[in-house]
Amino acid sequence: MAKSVQAAGKVAANVGLAVVGVAFLVPLLWVVTTSVAQGQTLKVEWPQHFTGANFAHVATVDILFRPLFNGLVLCGGGTLITVVVAILAAYPLSRYRSRLKRPFLLTILFTTGLPITAIMIPVYAMFTQLNLIDRMWSATVFMGSTALPFGIWLMKNFMDSVPVELEEVAWTDGASSMATLRRIVLPLMWPGVVVVTIFTFIGMWGNFFVPFILLIDPNQLPASVSIFTFFDPQHGGVQYGQLAAFSIFYCIPVAVLYLVMSRKLSGSFALGGALKG
Amino acid sequence: MRGRTILRGLPLLPAVVLLLVFLAGPIIYCIYYAFTDMQLTGATTTNFVGLANFRKAFGDDQFYNAILQTLIFTVLSAIVGQNILGLVIALLFRLATKVLRSIVGALVIAAWVVPEIVAGYLMYAFFRDEGSLNEILKFLHLPQQNWLYTLPILAVSLANVWRGTAFSMLVYSAALAEVPAELTEAAAMDGAGVWQRFWHVTVPTIRRSVATNLMLITLQTLSVFGLIFAMTKGGPSNKSTTLPIYTYQTALQNYEIGYGTAMALVLLVIGALFSLVYLRALRPEAD
Repeated sequence: MAKSVQAAGKVAANVGLAVVGVAFLVPLLWVVTTSVAQGQTLKVEWPQHFTGANFAHVATVDILFRPLFNGLVLCGGGTLITVVVAILAAYPLSRYRSRLKRPFLLTILFTTGLPITAIMIPVYAMFTQLNLIDRMWSATVFMGSTALPFGIWLMKNFMDSVPVELEEVAWTDGASSMATLRRIVLPLMWPGVVVVTIFTFIGMWGNFFVPFILLIDPNQLPASVSIFTFFDPQHGGVQYGQLAAFSIFYCIPVAVLYLVMSRKLSGSFALGGALKG
Repeated sequence: MRGRTILRGLPLLPAVVLLLVFLAGPIIYCIYYAFTDMQLTGATTTNFVGLANFRKAFGDDQFYNAILQTLIFTVLSAIVGQNILGLVIALLFRLATKVLRSIVGALVIAAWVVPEIVAGYLMYAFFRDEGSLNEILKFLHLPQQNWLYTLPILAVSLANVWRGTAFSMLVYSAALAEVPAELTEAAAMDGAGVWQRFWHVTVPTIRRSVATNLMLITLQTLSVFGLIFAMTKGGPSNKSTTLPIYTYQTALQNYEIGYGTAMALVLLVIGALFSLVYLRALRPEAD
């Protein structure tokens, strides 16, 4: 009796999950079918004639490669800033006791929650006045700074899991704290560093609003913003096939990074764990 | 002793400088601009106007509409949608077969990893009159409609559920993995049914994860811009104009920076209040 109830529960769970899976799959399918189809369509349907024309059309420097490269500079630079600064900041927060530590951590947590969307208007005004608008480096540093609170918090959680006893030995041997950070702590927490790096990069790669506001010159726009040109009604309506092909190219880097993270480190799960609070 | 403390805190310096210049700076600017009539057009000078922007906002029907749409969007897509669906998926994972678990997990996460603007276009295609949703409804002999026109706020909310559920799924999977099996087994021995075990054993154990998750996804959803912008641009006739969209339209399309910033400040305050609740919820461990 109990066995059959359990079996029924298992079947119900499988059916339920399958329904969820299909609901999540259908919107994704559209991109794949449309990218290889001739003509423009908004339906998910098996293409009558397969064609690589959409991919061929978008795979040019102006449409695809420059925006991808810009995205790499912007998000790669921003991620580098976030990760390096977060490692440095996490070390004293994880290792030392201080009266200032708690207020600082609380501020960091508080900042994590602030809607960045809300400050983009004043950031635009501020950057205009300081002549920082439409400059790649200032947009990069800004991207890095906005990801910093979350980066520091995650990094500290990962660093806390490295036992301090290992360093104490090195300290008594006269090693400086920065030397122990580099030689003892970082090698032991590199999976955490990789998780923070990849997670930060994926977040920036998909960020539309920040570069949309801060960058103007079409030659500097990353793919997250340049994708907008496909939706320009002035150029003969929306080119859905090209939009889909571009989307696939654009998603490949983050998809690969995510796979690396989840295969090697069960990273998504570690992230879920680090976020439980 | 004091010198050593300062030296030890030195690695914090780059973080402090960046956060002060690029986060605290804009927030202070935000507060300052909100009390001015700053505009981007013509040679008009910027004047201090006191509370005029706020008086204007709180007398503006569109502003109330934006707050209402933001509330509907946040409650529907984050607090109800992502939160409950994420928990349901995490619970189903514990019963389902491994193959299905990894396939569905990968699909849900794929929707999360897809960049925001691509997700917006995917969802635009999905909800369009001739899109996949209506095709499916036709196949099931259910009534169809032009979702983006009749129910745009529902469409963007469902889109945000599709895009954001992975986060709740991950948090709840990690939380459920730590519910001791002995607890649920003991409850089962005492004759507790599935629902009773869920309400009286599982939920109390993962309470903190629920609080953290709710707060993070609420804050995340409050500031969603690209998804709605790509799907509806806030329309038709402002039926999906949330606060971030309306702020953008006011400040950067109508060039009323001062007025737009005052509204952005309201959004910032709403976010800050949620953030404070969140800090309280996390208090015992946030040392």
